[in-house]
Amino acid sequence: MSLRPHDERMVMPTPFAPRVAALCQTNDWYTWAGYTTPNTFEEVGLEYFAMRNSTGVFDLSPMTKYRITGPDAEAFLNRVMVRDVRKIKPGRVGYTVWCTDEGMVHDDGTIFHLAQDDYRLCAQERCMDWLHWSALGFDVEIVDETAGIAALAVQGPTSCATLRNMGLSGIENLKPFGVATFPFNGAELLVSRTGYTGDLGYELWIDAQQALPLWDALFAAGRERLIRPVGSEALGIARIEAGFIMAGEDFVPAEQVVRHGRARSPFELGLEWLVDFDKGPFTGRNALLKEKREGSRYRFVILDIEGNKPANHSFILDKHGRTIGHVTSAAWCPTAKSNIALASMNMPWGRDDDEMYAEIYYNRELHWTRLLSRCRVRRDPVFNPPRRRATPAQDL
Amino acid sequence: MTDKRFDTIIIGAGHNGLVCAAYLAKAGRKVLVLEAASQPGGAAATREFHPGFRVSSGAHLLTQLNPGVAKDLGLASHGLDYAARDLKTVALAEDGAHLVIDGGSVSGVSGNDAVAYAKFHSQNRRFGKVLDGFFSRRQPTLVDRSWDDAFSLLKLGWSLKRLGKEDMQDLMRVGLINIYDVANEHFDSELLKAAVAMDGVLGSHMGPRSPNTVYGYLHRHIADAWGNSGPALVRGGMGAVGQAFAEAARGFGAEIRCDSKVARVEMQGCHATGVTLESGETLFADTIVSNADPKTTFEKLVGYPNLDAGFSRRVHNFRSRGVSAKLHLALDTLPDFRGLDAALAGQRLLLAPTMDHIERAFNHAKYGEYSRAPVMEISIPSVHDDSLTPAGKHVLSAIVQFAPYALREGWDSGKEVFKRIALEQLERYAPGINNRVLASELSTPVDLEREFGMAGGHWHHGEIALDQALLMRPMPGAHQYRTPIPGLYLCGAGSHPGGGIMGLAGRNAAEAVIKHRKDREERAA
Amino acid sequence: MKKYDAIVIGAGHNGLCNAAYLAKAGLDVLVLERNPYIGGATVSRELHPGWKYSNCSYVCSLLRPEITRDLELPRHGLQVIPYEGGVTFTRDGDYFGNYGDHERQYREMARHSVRDANAYDRFSANVMRQTRLIRKYLMTTPPDPTSFKPRDIKGLLELAESFTDMGDEGLLDTLRFWTMSIGDYLDEYFETDLIKAHMAGSGIIGTALGVYSPGTAYVLLHHYMGDVDGSVGAWGFARGGMGAVADALASSLKSFGGEIVCDADVHRVIVRGGRAVGVALADGTEYHAGTVVSNLDPKRTFLECFDASDLPAEVVHRAKNFKIRGSSGKLNIALDGLPTFPAMPKSSTLMVSDMHASESLFELERAYDDWKAGTWSEDPYFDMLIPTQVDPTMAAPGKHMMTVFVQYCPPTLADGPWTPEKCDAFGKTVLDKISRYSPDFKDLVLDVEVRTPHEIDNEVGLTEGNIFQGELTFDQLLFNRPFPGYAQYRGPVQGMYMCGSGTHPGGGVMAAPGANAAREILMDLKKPNVVPEGYLDD
Repeated sequence: MSLRPHDERMVMPTPFAPRVAALCQTNDWYTWAGYTTPNTFEEVGLEYFAMRNSTGVFDLSPMTKYRITGPDAEAFLNRVMVRDVRKIKPGRVGYTVWCTDEGMVHDDGTIFHLAQDDYRLCAQERCMDWLHWSALGFDVEIVDETAGIAALAVQGPTSCATLRNMGLSGIENLKPFGVATFPFNGAELLVSRTGYTGDLGYELWIDAQQALPLWDALFAAGRERLIRPVGSEALGIARIEAGFIMAGEDFVPAEQVVRHGRARSPFELGLEWLVDFDKGPFTGRNALLKEKREGSRYRFVILDIEGNKPANHSFILDKHGRTIGHVTSAAWCPTAKSNIALASMNMPWGRDDDEMYAEIYYNRELHWTRLLSRCRVRRDPVFNPPRRRATPAQDL
Repeated sequence: MTDKRFDTIIIGAGHNGLVCAAYLAKAGRKVLVLEAASQPGGAAATREFHPGFRVSSGAHLLTQLNPGVAKDLGLASHGLDYAARDLKTVALAEDGAHLVIDGGSVSGVSGNDAVAYAKFHSQNRRFGKVLDGFFSRRQPTLVDRSWDDAFSLLKLGWSLKRLGKEDMQDLMRVGLINIYDVANEHFDSELLKAAVAMDGVLGSHMGPRSPNTVYGYLHRHIADAWGNSGPALVRGGMGAVGQAFAEAARGFGAEIRCDSKVARVEMQGCHATGVTLESGETLFADTIVSNADPKTTFEKLVGYPNLDAGFSRRVHNFRSRGVSAKLHLALDTLPDFRGLDAALAGQRLLLAPTMDHIERAFNHAKYGEYSRAPVMEISIPSVHDDSLTPAGKHVLSAIVQFAPYALREGWDSGKEVFKRIALEQLERYAPGINNRVLASELSTPVDLEREFGMAGGHWHHGEIALDQALLMRPMPGAHQYRTPIPGLYLCGAGSHPGGGIMGLAGRNAAEAVIKHRKDREERAA
Repeated sequence: MKKYDAIVIGAGHNGLCNAAYLAKAGLDVLVLERNPYIGGATVSRELHPGWKYSNCSYVCSLLRPEITRDLELPRHGLQVIPYEGGVTFTRDGDYFGNYGDHERQYREMARHSVRDANAYDRFSANVMRQTRLIRKYLMTTPPDPTSFKPRDIKGLLELAESFTDMGDEGLLDTLRFWTMSIGDYLDEYFETDLIKAHMAGSGIIGTALGVYSPGTAYVLLHHYMGDVDGSVGAWGFARGGMGAVADALASSLKSFGGEIVCDADVHRVIVRGGRAVGVALADGTEYHAGTVVSNLDPKRTFLECFDASDLPAEVVHRAKNFKIRGSSGKLNIALDGLPTFPAMPKSSTLMVSDMHASESLFELERAYDDWKAGTWSEDPYFDMLIPTQVDPTMAAPGKHMMTVFVQYCPPTLADGPWTPEKCDAFGKTVLDKISRYSPDFKDLVLDVEVRTPHEIDNEVGLTEGNIFQGELTFDQLLFNRPFPGYAQYRGPVQGMYMCGSGTHPGGGVMAAPGANAAREILMDLKKPNVVPEGYLDD
């Protein structure tokens, strides 16, 4: 029985709340996993271009974080995840998804291999229940450390320089998906070269007590590198440009699905490359093998849509006007000057040469217009610069 | 593997494992049965618990043996010899006003009750015939069904419709409700109601008022539909049944190796390819059939890491909370049940005065306590079978409920107290019996688990509740004798239609294995 | 003597709803009510001057929105105000709060168990899946599986289809859900006893079963399948008490020309030549009509209002065996002010939620053991609300009314019938338990109305005081409610119908039985249907 103090507040502040609140000039907030976080700070365009042009900082403390330790930690994660977790060496991070028995995606996230038998799993959704049941028969300990760890995404071409300025020497040599630790204010600052923007960028992880000193040091170090806080709207554009999917938008976490058949498999989210059938048993393997054999129901595609009207919530039609899919996320991408959508297509649609149209509605001064805009399937994300991968990272 | 001598390994020589082995061997497969104990039979066992006194240490009456299985296996020619058949059931009254149930007739009650019982019995036989259709085949899946399944469904649907409107309406209702209400609807005699209720709750973590106990009753009385009017006693105890099954399996060419406890199922990639014994020896076969209960099979032999997490969760949540203890008494003379004609002493004796009494006895089990006034099913097989005891002596075997597996105080300290309580309860009905006890033994569910390897000491390998019955048994994902592990099958009481020395789970499993293999070969060809 | 087109026996909410639809279709309808007031168990009564008690049913969720809208109940005065959440107090001074807001709920649950807080979403999704399956059938007549009529076969096929739409595993999960006990079901999700106990309440309310009795998981569903303004599973208060529901239905009925006569105790349904032709009151008055509809429960209908000789023996037999068990009592309390519950933060939102104080499944199960033994629970489960925090019409400003649903409470006691003294002792058990969690509660009590199944039986006419007019166990649901073969609202005598909660889809102030029965009656009379079909969930 817990006698910890009750807290009836409907939303909680993140560890960075005092700084974030002071900078949030739009007073435009939303609730992310029970925490107050800004949609915007000042102007979406400025925030977006901070990430693409200098350094944007996003408070990702509400991200769910689990610490997984114990002699079976690796074997456990390997059974949960569709990819071969054994290939993620200590000091590395791996992107992965995990599935139900039926091969439907619970969520995607990143695994941090911190040390031997010591991992962190970061995800959008909570999944302790699933991890708990998955741990039957394994000697592991799983601890939810979401509240105890403050996290910032520091993204953009001057992000490396900013961090170097902050005293993280050698940070430029950190490879994509690498992890390094640095002393900070008597604590340990964990830095991973990861992000949700598809650009050069880092994520910073630190004990929640150290959140404000970290913020201050980071912004002091980045002032001349044009650092700027960004809200979720700007990040949302960046992730669509980079072709990243998001739980709750591009798919529904499988165990939250109420209507039979609405969940999606990794194949149906374009993540076939993650699935490793040769690594031995993992949850969903039987079902995914069957799907591979018998075919998927949906195909996930990145669409380049003609015109400049964002295709949010659009149906995708064939040339006869029949519905063949729908858009899950869409944005006008300011860097690429492209109109991009992520879409779930009914099989077999979404092939390179398919003739497809997005049905877009927009309103100008109470006047609604319906557009049928031609769509083209893109093989790659519209934003994917070489600096994203270059090591040592350059100061651009 | 080309050098392996067996194409099928069966884990456990319980009766279902042996039945499965027999049918598979009969179909031409090379079958090896591996048994942990030093003799085959599983819970169909006879054990000397006191010098010169032998008792059926697990099941003690042969109630539900399927005649088709018995015939196919030729059990009679393999040494199955009945000491007594069609036993009557005597519902003991403390004051000696017992009543006797013999098939559909009951004596010692009012005329109304006698008529009501005959009616009740014949309707249950009709229900039993329908249930027989369900029990004797693999349960169909309902959505992604094959032609086979569709045909099964049609046949089952037809057998329901053929019951006639009124019976069908009754079955739809009673199938889900409790035996308490049904007995109250039919009978006036408390003793008769209690006797009926006992058949709904024997071996179950349920009291008469628990919904689903009518299903438990029908399950137990399935043999009525096969023409039995009561349980049977086998000469030499239930161990002789186990031996007969083993001989039958051997007769078809199956090999049985005792003292060979399987430690784990071997996997190659994600397929079951063999088993490793505790001795360290590994044996290979392309088909592995487990007669162990589902929890033991998946948790211990396969291991959760080899299974999907959702399925592991289902296994973990499978309920097998044994509540039955076995009491064995070596007796100097035949006990004297007050008012009981000595000629009836060898029948099936029930010690349960009222349904409320049973319910109160069950109440304790819910909270992890043993009953303060337990109920019993008693058999004194030595009345019919002098091979069990020294001349003139007797052996009494009783199922005593309720004795929950997870006793809160622990069985180390609880066992002696509960045995004393059981003996005191017997004393009330058979004054002086305690003075005639030469030796006594109580096997708690924990002991039964240890002796027979049944998780939770549950003789059905898992609760016979509707959510774990029929097409849901034991759990979605393993409900057609197949498991999520290619090459691994289930054939034990944990599978449909459950335990009770019926043999149907073993037979249905063998059919499923044969059919599945055939389908695969056809697909490959 | 005037002849009516239809007579409805009993002015409970289903009787009124049924009559309103028949009147709407142009029939000349008369509703006869034994009590001097209408509503049955859907009433607001001023039993203590200045206080209105919802003295039987007390909250509203299941009332079908199709009916509310179609009969224009809001125009006739009905307003349902939603409330959120619930709380269970513990003896050690803590509580578990079940908040409406997802994240607040998560944090509160995680305070007790992180694992449970995570499992809750899976639990909710699975319960919602089951809920959606059953919601489709609330405003329909169940098909008869023993019949070969095209309509029934079509209905069964549709039923089968909605099941197979769930996929094999989904279907098996549904079958498991319907046959499991709420205790076992919750054990599959949660580890914390307090949380399980809080959730389990909905599995036993109004039901003479314990939390470990198979079938109780479905009962939970029955409490989750309603909605307030599209929010599935939400509950609300009817402004002015539950009597507002009956009043609005009655007003709607009258607007269509229907009549209601109170103090009219129907003694017998008159059957001539195998047809129901009217009813006779206890005082000998007769009313005649071609259609007679009973809003009474199946036992009262067939065992008291008919000559057994007018009925097939099978129906008498089935009525006798119909399971209708009183398991709950109720306290209605007038309070001089708002009691405090020190466990909760000051002015907690949970004050407006349903409050409980059963901490474990064992406690709940033991409460049921008492009932089986023929006594009221020594440590009862209660579902307690103070509606006057949101409804200004039920007590003077600053004063409050508290409604306490109590379980278990048997219709007859092992040591003999109910007496005023035993009734008081039962009330005292409950008051004592409440004051354990609210030290100032007893000082605020101005009046207590104690209702045992005995009172509910006698005053409202619900046999044994069963609030659902029959157990909501699967043997008495869908095509088995009230009896197999009689689940399509037609009685065994021509021209006679049933419309009470004893018919599909059961009790809970849904009004769906009344509406569905009206649809069947109009079909038999070859009148155009005026009864809405259910809204389909998307």
